[in-house]
Amino acid sequence: MNIGDVVAEKTFEITRDTLVRYAGASGDFNAIHYRDDIATEVGLPGVLAHGMLTMGLAAQPVVDWIGDPGKVLDYTVRFTRPVLVPATGHATLTVVAKVGAIDDGVARIDLTVTVDESTVLGKAQARVAV
Amino acid sequence: MNPELQGRAFAPTAPYLVGREKVREFSRAVFASNPINNDVDAARAAGYADIVAPPTFAIVIQQLTLDQLVAQPDSGFAMTDLVHGEQRFSYTRPIVAGDELTATLAVTSIKSLGGNAMVTAETTISDLAGEHVVTASSVLVVRADA
Repeated sequence: MNIGDVVAEKTFEITRDTLVRYAGASGDFNAIHYRDDIATEVGLPGVLAHGMLTMGLAAQPVVDWIGDPGKVLDYTVRFTRPVLVPATGHATLTVVAKVGAIDDGVARIDLTVTVDESTVLGKAQARVAV
Repeated sequence: MNPELQGRAFAPTAPYLVGREKVREFSRAVFASNPINNDVDAARAAGYADIVAPPTFAIVIQQLTLDQLVAQPDSGFAMTDLVHGEQRFSYTRPIVAGDELTATLAVTSIKSLGGNAMVTAETTISDLAGEHVVTASSVLVVRADA
């Protein structure tokens, strides 16, 4: 493993069903994640994915690469751009995971997370035991 | 936005029992298909007592403390005034099904930014033995009109 290596790459299709499932699993029932009228009322361009859903999905390629979810020691993101999810069809989230640093048995994996080639998470980094 | 929230002492939340089916449900919701997230035998073979929760599962427990924050009579804002700016999880050990976890909130920083306020909510999550499991930190933006 070398700095700069791309260790994982994955795309996810996010639909309204995905949002409803995440709402139930997480307990986050904020209506901007499933009601077009309420999203519009509060000035949003449409229904948005939960930021925590995007963060959760973005970790998965790293977990699959390292092979053990318990090896993720630290995980941090900034929410820089909302992910709009249409009523029909889907938003496509692309995650590219690259080795940013290796130090004393811990690798910092830098994640590039995009929708339609726009970055949606800033400074997304996972530290994993290697 | 009330600046006096910074440094206030919050009571630990009641113990949250991490259910195995809850971990499976959450895993499905974030497309966590690793066997260690879903299959007890696979988790035990990897050295865990039970299935391991995905890294972002700690938000479910942290949310209990954010609810406490919003419920402060003098908080000056509602959950709908908040926008999630940043999130971090720092683990001492992973969360596994069967854990009973308590969470203690600290508001470590409140900054003004162009009329908005940025609140850092740091939640320390420990097991029943009092051992640290994970610290979950959120930067929340409280909109100017709150």
